[in-house]
Amino acid sequence: MKYIDEFRDGDLARQIGARIVAEAEPGRQYSFMEFCGGHTHAISRYGVLELLPPNVRMVHGPGCPVCVLPIGRIDLAIRLALERNAIVCTYGDTMRVPASDSLSLTRAKARGGDIRMVYSAADALATARANPQREVVFFAIGFETTTPPTALAIRDAQRDGLANFSVLCCHVLTPSAITHILESPEVRQLGTVPIDGFIGPAHVSIVIGSAPYEHFAEEYRKPVVIAGFEPLDVMQAILMLVRQVNQGRAQVENEFTRAVTPEGNLKAQALVSEVFELRPAFEWRGLGTVPYSALKIRSAFAAFDAERRFQLAYTPVADNKACECGAILRGVKRPTDCKIFGTVCTPENPVGSCMVSSEGACAAHYTYGRFRDQA
Amino acid sequence: MKKPYIRPLDIKHGRIDMGHGAGGKAAAQLIEELFLAAFDNEFLRQGDDGAVLSLPGFDPALGRLVMATDGHVISPLFFPGGDIGCLAVHGTVNDVAMSGARPLYLSASFIIEEGFPLADLQRIVLSMAAAAREAGVPVVTGDTKVVEQGKGDGVFISTTGVGVVAPGVHISGRLARPGDVVLLSGTIGDHGVAVLSQRESLAFETTLQSDTAALHTLVQAMLVAAPGGVRVLRDPTRGGLATTLNEVARQSGVGMVLQEAAIPVKPQVDAACELLGLDPLYVANEGKLVAVVVPELVDTVLAAMRAHPLGQDAARIGEVTADPHQFVQMATRFGGRRVVDWLSGEQLPRIC
Amino acid sequence: MRPNDHAVVNLGGIRKEISVALVSDVKVGDYVIVHVGHAIGVIDPEEAQRTLELFAQMEALAQAEGNAP
Repeated sequence: MKYIDEFRDGDLARQIGARIVAEAEPGRQYSFMEFCGGHTHAISRYGVLELLPPNVRMVHGPGCPVCVLPIGRIDLAIRLALERNAIVCTYGDTMRVPASDSLSLTRAKARGGDIRMVYSAADALATARANPQREVVFFAIGFETTTPPTALAIRDAQRDGLANFSVLCCHVLTPSAITHILESPEVRQLGTVPIDGFIGPAHVSIVIGSAPYEHFAEEYRKPVVIAGFEPLDVMQAILMLVRQVNQGRAQVENEFTRAVTPEGNLKAQALVSEVFELRPAFEWRGLGTVPYSALKIRSAFAAFDAERRFQLAYTPVADNKACECGAILRGVKRPTDCKIFGTVCTPENPVGSCMVSSEGACAAHYTYGRFRDQA
Repeated sequence: MKKPYIRPLDIKHGRIDMGHGAGGKAAAQLIEELFLAAFDNEFLRQGDDGAVLSLPGFDPALGRLVMATDGHVISPLFFPGGDIGCLAVHGTVNDVAMSGARPLYLSASFIIEEGFPLADLQRIVLSMAAAAREAGVPVVTGDTKVVEQGKGDGVFISTTGVGVVAPGVHISGRLARPGDVVLLSGTIGDHGVAVLSQRESLAFETTLQSDTAALHTLVQAMLVAAPGGVRVLRDPTRGGLATTLNEVARQSGVGMVLQEAAIPVKPQVDAACELLGLDPLYVANEGKLVAVVVPELVDTVLAAMRAHPLGQDAARIGEVTADPHQFVQMATRFGGRRVVDWLSGEQLPRIC
Repeated sequence: MRPNDHAVVNLGGIRKEISVALVSDVKVGDYVIVHVGHAIGVIDPEEAQRTLELFAQMEALAQAEGNAP
């Protein structure tokens, strides 16, 4: 497969790995945060950690949109299916997130809710067209990568005058997440989460470009290297970060030049601005309420906003007391620091969202990296 | 035996969800805590796909009886390379064969939905008949029932098979030992991807065909070539290779280390999984088997497999290790290492 | 290319129809990055080549410094 196989080459991996070992200063700790589900997955699935020296540590940040989805939002979707008889369409990973009353979308489906997994927003639109007598709601989650497809679906629904389609919008913004982490008391004052640099997300950067990260590099003096989602991209980016740290630089570098430009995908950005606007505040699971971090549907498209259409009221719901998802999402704790990791909380009985999505820190560690804990 | 699930089933308030049918951990727990607990007997406790039975008045030194059963709920009913009919025959013939037995007879029970076209039904039945004839295993008894429209996916088929395992042949998921070698008869993921390509919501074009096939002659070739050499046989169906290997590891109380580079995958399967975000290790197969073989006889068994039309791509994919945690690990092509866990919930729509 | 802003992509022999409504100036022969059924970006072949060469540079550097790869 072109543009895929070359970026997974084992020999090149070993060479880059050797360079990282050679250039990482012994006795110095390097901590880099990635907040892109694709990167978490690449690191776990290909076993990238094996190729890094022990003093280079990868911290997983809030890059999994399913993991930062608060329980209260899933409850809204479940109620739409069970109480309002709507067909609720959503991406696969969302189905298993545990919500209130021991329910999840999968379990609500077992109770009779018409809940369907779709691979794209366009599928939800097609479902609405195929079922004109039913209400169809697309439960839209995701960062800036999945937002343009949702915008497209809403715009097409309006253009075609669809009367039974709406979107429950839970799209969130990446830069807000990073700022929130950098501003958190742990990082700024206590220094318990030393983050020396960031690996910039792959897909998100294709859409928003590399320019939005300049702010972080300048303001917080942290290097950012945008990386593609193949394992060689990730390793190369780690090497570039090590070099920046060694040289005392804090710049935005782009490793993913084959797909990311400074300004990003303008056509997609324009479409998103046409359909969405910023919410003043939004609750993120594990991060609390974050200002200007999420999107809602503009009034011009109000007919397609499920919250307005069904007059939904959002009620925040607290996480399970033993669940450390919040700390793990902020990179403060590791999956193995959570008392219920791997015992009560497992992929088939997830307590928190970090265990549900394959991009979640806990699920990734459980599925791919658990053997290291026992070694 | 270490249990991979901590929380018991919530019998009082729990309900069946799609995860229970996926062949992964949820399914295993359901079977163990609900079904095995209720039916409990020495044969069920063997823990394999087929049960090796004793017949009163029948001398086990002449051979033992094996029985296996399988339900088929696949959707769509017709897919590139096969249909629910031949799948139903191959599936049970294979389950019997995985005990090292020669399959002899099949029964077939049909649950048909009201409104199902007779033309489609005949197509399925003719396909079953052809598959049974080709395998040399006749359908000797059966049943049909009709349910109201909306209560079935067109047709559900259940097949049960009986066979005889020769004296001296002992094959079971409990018999893998550290130092044994893991062999795979061919490429993985073909069936699952071929079926998925027919799903309306995915609709991708491919020339891939399901690998559905009866494996009993391949098994016989292996057993004849290397008597006593094969310890475990399993066909990696729902849940894929990963789930099957985890089942064996758990049954035998061992670990495994696999080599990713040695696992044969067709380029189109790789590409389809890439496009859909799937891992070929978890995709169903219907014409492949996994064998755990004693190290001294690996080359003999491999040669026998490769000489057979259904084992031409047979490969050595890993080794059994001593591991109290019963992890199935894999050395990745990339140079790293990862755990290959078994499927936890439902990853794909029902495909077999 | 297909009507309504759709196109067929080919990956290793698998063909699938996806939406290209989110990218501009895409033509047959281009390589795109697909996410949830949509093309979100086009791959620049020159940059891809440059990145691969960057990886390979590691070898040259390593040899120059006397490190075995």
